[in-house]
Order: sequence, then structure tokens, then C-alpha cells
Amino acid sequence: MSETAVHAETPRDSGPAPTYEGVDTARPPRWRLALRWETALVAILLLTLLIGSNGSARFFTGTTFFFAGLNIGEIAIMALPLLMIVLIGEIDLSVAAMLALSGAVMGVLWQSGTSFGVAVAAALVTGLVGGALNGYLIAYLGLPSIAVTIGSLTLFRGIAQIILPNPTTTPFPTEVATLGVLPIPGTQVPYSIAVFTVLAVATATFVHATPSGRSLYAIGLQPEAAEFAGIRVTRVRFELFVLSGLVCSLAGVLFALKNSSASYSAGFGLELTVVAVVLFGGVSIFGGRGTVAGVVLSLAIVAVLQQALTQQQVQAEVQNIVTGGLLLASVLVPNAAAAGRRVRTALRGRGRPAPPPPTPAPTP
Amino acid sequence: MTATLPRPTPAGSTRTPVGARLGGLLRARETGIALLIVVVFVAATVKNDAFASANSIQQLLLGASLIALLTVGQTMVIVTRNVDLSVGSVVGISAYVVGMTFRDHPGTPILLGFVVGIAVGAFFGAVNGAVVTLFRVPSLVVTLAGLYVIRGLDGLLVDGVIINPQSIPRGFQRIGFETVLGVPVLFLLVLVVVLVAAYAMRSFRSARDLYAIGSNPDAAELAGIPTQKRVFTAFLVSGSLAGLTGALFVALFAQVDVTAGRGYEFLVVAAVVVGGVAIFGGSGTVIGAALAAVLLNTIDQALVSSRISGFWTDAIAGALLLAAIAFDRSLSLRIARKLRTQEGAHRDV
Repeated sequence: MSETAVHAETPRDSGPAPTYEGVDTARPPRWRLALRWETALVAILLLTLLIGSNGSARFFTGTTFFFAGLNIGEIAIMALPLLMIVLIGEIDLSVAAMLALSGAVMGVLWQSGTSFGVAVAAALVTGLVGGALNGYLIAYLGLPSIAVTIGSLTLFRGIAQIILPNPTTTPFPTEVATLGVLPIPGTQVPYSIAVFTVLAVATATFVHATPSGRSLYAIGLQPEAAEFAGIRVTRVRFELFVLSGLVCSLAGVLFALKNSSASYSAGFGLELTVVAVVLFGGVSIFGGRGTVAGVVLSLAIVAVLQQALTQQQVQAEVQNIVTGGLLLASVLVPNAAAAGRRVRTALRGRGRPAPPPPTPAPTP
Repeated sequence: MTATLPRPTPAGSTRTPVGARLGGLLRARETGIALLIVVVFVAATVKNDAFASANSIQQLLLGASLIALLTVGQTMVIVTRNVDLSVGSVVGISAYVVGMTFRDHPGTPILLGFVVGIAVGAFFGAVNGAVVTLFRVPSLVVTLAGLYVIRGLDGLLVDGVIINPQSIPRGFQRIGFETVLGVPVLFLLVLVVVLVAAYAMRSFRSARDLYAIGSNPDAAELAGIPTQKRVFTAFLVSGSLAGLTGALFVALFAQVDVTAGRGYEFLVVAAVVVGGVAIFGGSGTVIGAALAAVLLNTIDQALVSSRISGFWTDAIAGALLLAAIAFDRSLSLRIARKLRTQEGAHRDV
């Protein structure tokens, strides 16, 4: 601890012009790595914007922005709590199923004549309950989150299927139905993106600027050590899953409004998209590394790319390949140097015992 | 050097003295699932006696076959503390390539259909395995990316053209509906693969290495196990079996479009977990996972036949999955407690 402090002060003490070397030692390498990935994301974003503007003269218009936002809105909202869950080394695959279930709850209640406000409230409560179920099984029973949330993704969508076998047909009240398909008056900002912006600022503030937020990194890097450092690991785990359930149900409400109908198959398969976006944003699947800025950039890239490729009538298949390729690049590029080093060491170190390699991917 | 090293004794091994008790419990897991299948079967038959008809049982076995086959490869991968999410996409693309081969080259021998399917699957399995082991990157991310890339390639290949039953040779389709002594051929094929894999996973040294790797990767490496090679092989096998599943998909449905195999990844992982394979590696059997695939399908069919409503299937499958994981946890806690009290100083598992 004190050693770090000394290092941190070295550049300031060593004269008016701190050397790069001093700056480098003051920063933990993890942070530099993250910084580099986010820089790469900015470059990729600029590239995608370039591709978009090259393909269509009408690319830099409000309409493009609106539709890009409208398409990515719910994914973006769900990515925020997932970011925090991945930061603590867990995963939530039930996000899209919760989106469908909460939408179904809202749809069923609305169709049966309940007032709209009550229907929305019930949808949000559904999110809380579902999140609490996940959280209880994972945090208090200590079950692996990947297995639990594969189970609850089937369960949630299954319940949605029971309560709402057919998509709703009763239109939502006009004054709220327009929220899903029209921008905020006077702007080109869809409501879902407005909600996302508020949540993103809140998440960024929490994660990067509060002690409890910073403690998520500690949990992700070493849960036992975090526990001994006085962080209530179990409770944080539970709360994050509850939060995820709540936020995903909010996304479910917006999704139903956007499609002006609720369906148990809403957002089918979207969980993997959300996970992909978060991981592409530079969040380590093992936890402890990642930033809100990275995820926001990743979302922006996916949204712009989708819009650009669609405008240029590139098939959805190519978009899939690009998405997968980017995701793969996000783990390969930061590891390429290490892989190269490993190969070099192996070549040089022939004859003497090889050093123990880093832990091979303890996935998931 | 490796010859003098003691053989690693992974937790959950059925070959070690400590594992003897564990083995008993793991066997109990398989009998438990088998019993559950019987219970569901009897209950469904009581409700609707058509459920026990030969035709219905054949449908039951056929319906479970594809997922059961996929659980074999997935078990091998998950046992090493990895996961293969790309299987659904691999099934889709190999099914289409097999269908395309038959369509574009009428007269292709039936056996070649299988070879083509397995080759396509093996290719993608090798790519997954190579990326995971060479770059040492998390397999969840790699195979998730693989899921998208392969789905995209499949879509480009399909390009809206569906493979029709007319393009598939009769002999190939026969594998999908013919029976031997009332048992579907396709099911027998899968059964053979499952039994061979179960024997290998129990008795082959290289397969036991997979358990060691999943129990403790660092220890396995230090014990002289070629961990990266073994993990690569696990992915290769998983991919190849997904390719074989693709070929069988064509035989069974005789029709392939872009949605073939979509969503299989979660069905397979769910069956593997219900089957008692620890998601963090190191324990579990192929038989358990394959039985779980049959169980999930039996429940599915039972609900449909009992006219409770097909809509209940997913909810019950999900609840069952959660119950299975919770049950596993309490079981492993009990074993751990027992080992602590009985083994005293020897608790090194």
C-alpha cells in the first residue's frame, strides 16, 4: 500500500517535467490495458462512422441517430446492470427472458382491464422478484450464476408463455404507446436512449466514483480478499441480481411499448447480444476489469454498425459475422502480445523447465 | 519424468479410494435421473395410455437423440472448466452443408454425408480449440463469438434457399425413421456414441486428464498433463459431434433452413447441468448428461400428451434445472462435510 503511494508521488517529486517512465510505474498495468482498449474502441467507432457516411450521403442525419438508438435502446439498458454483474465475476443470462416476462405481465394485466400504471408497476415488481430469485440462489446458496441463469431464462420465458400464450392485441394507451416509437419532442432522442443515458450516468458515477462501486472490482478480482476487507460480498451479489431484474423489466416495458404488443418470445436470444456487447466493451469475463465508458462505446459501435450495414443493405448474416469478429478481436488483441511472448519464451526456453503458464481460462 | 509422477486424482474420480464413495453418489445421480424418467413416464401413461404406445416411445427417443448426442461433446468440454456455446450454430451449418452436398451431387454415398457433417463440425471445433488454447482466452467469449460468426456464415450459405426432402436420398432419410426391433436406428447410433464416450471418459488416461484439468488447471499442468492439447481435443470432439448431429438433423427432419440448431446451446448446457456435470469442471459423466437430455424430452412430451399444455414445458424445465443445481450443491456440501469428518488430515480433495 505504502509502496504504491511512494510510486505515485515520485513523478511529482522528481521535478517539473515527469518522465513517462514515472507515470507508467504510478499506474497499475491493468488500468493501462483498459485505457488502450477504450482507445481502440474510439478508433473503431470512428471507423464505423466513416463506413456509414461513405455508404450513404444521408448517414449523418437525426433519423439515422434515432433509429440506431431505437434499435439498441433496450439492449443498452440491460447492458448496464450486466456490466456490474460481470465486474464481480458473475453472469446473468436471464436478462432477455426477464424482458419478455415483464412485458407479458404488463400485457396480460393491461388486456384484462387493469389500469396502465398498475400494469407497469406489476411488471417492475416481476423484475424485482425474478432478480431476487436469481440473487438468492447465487448469493445465498452459492450456486454458479451461469447455471442458475440458464435455468431462470428457461423458467422466466416459460412463465411468460403460460400467462401469455398469444401476443397481446389490445393497443396500449396512445399517450404512452408513442413513447416507444417517437423521439422526445424537439429532438431525435428515443425515450429508451434517454432512460439509458440517465442510467448510464448513474452507473458510471456509482461504479467509478463511489467506494461501494469500486468494491465491485475488489470482489471480481478476489472475492475472499474482498470479504476480509470488510466488503459484504454476498449482499452485493444479491443486490446486483435484484437490480438486474428490475432494470431488465423496465427494458421489457419499453420493448412492449416499442412493439405495441407483448409477447413471450420478445427479445428471443437477446441475452447473448447483451453479453457480447458488454464483453466487447472490454469487461473481463473473469471480473475485476472494465469500465462504463467501454460498454457505452461498444453499444455505440454496435448501433452505428447495425445502422450503417442496414442502410447499405448488407445482409443480417454479415452483421452477425462482424459482431462475432469484433467480440473475438476484443479478447484476442489484448492477449496477442502475451501469446507472442509465450511463444518466444517457449522457443528460447527450450531445454530448461518451462515456467508455469498463467491459469488456463477458468471459464465460465 | 512423467512416468514417476503419481497419477492425478481429480475430485469426482471413480477410480480413487476417496472417490469410491463419491463414485457411489455419482452413480446414484444417474439412477436418480433414470428413476425420474420412469416416474414421469408412468405418470404420463396413467394420464393418457397412448403415451406408452410404441410410436410414442419412438418419438420420445428420437426427440432426445440430437440433444443427447450434443451433451457428449459438451460434457467433455465443461469437465475441463470450459464451455462450448457454438454447438447450435455448428449443427446448423453442418446440417446445411450435408443437405447441400446431397442436393448438388445427387448420388453421393450416404456414408459420405456423415463424413461431410463431421468434417465441417471438426473444422469449427478445431478453430474454437485453437483460439482458446493458443491465445489462452476464455472459451465462453470465444465460442459466443463463434456462435455469431458461424450463424452468419450459415446465413450466407443458406441465402434463403431451403433444402427440401426431395434433395435428400431416401436411404439417408431412412436413418431418421427406420427402426430395429422397434428401436429407432438414429437412437441406437447415438446410444453407441454415448456408451463409447462413457467408457472412454471412465477408463482412458487422456480422458481422465480432462477431469484433472477441470479440478485444478495449474496442478494438472504441474503434474505433466498436456493441458492445452487435451482442451483442444475436447473442443475438437465437441465440434465433430456437433457436425455429426447436423448430419443426423438432416436424416431426421429431411429439411434444413437457417434456423436449424438455433437455441440448441442452452438446451445442451441445461441437460449437461441437470445430468450432474459441474459447470466449473472436474466432475460429471456422459451417461448422466445424456440421461438428463432424455429426461427433459420425456417431460416435454409428457406435458404435451397429458394436454396440460405445451406452454408449461419451458417453465417446468427451468424449475427442474434450478432444483437440480440446488440439489447438487447440497449434495456436494454434504460430501465435503463427510470427507472432513472421516478423512481427518487427508482431506486433500
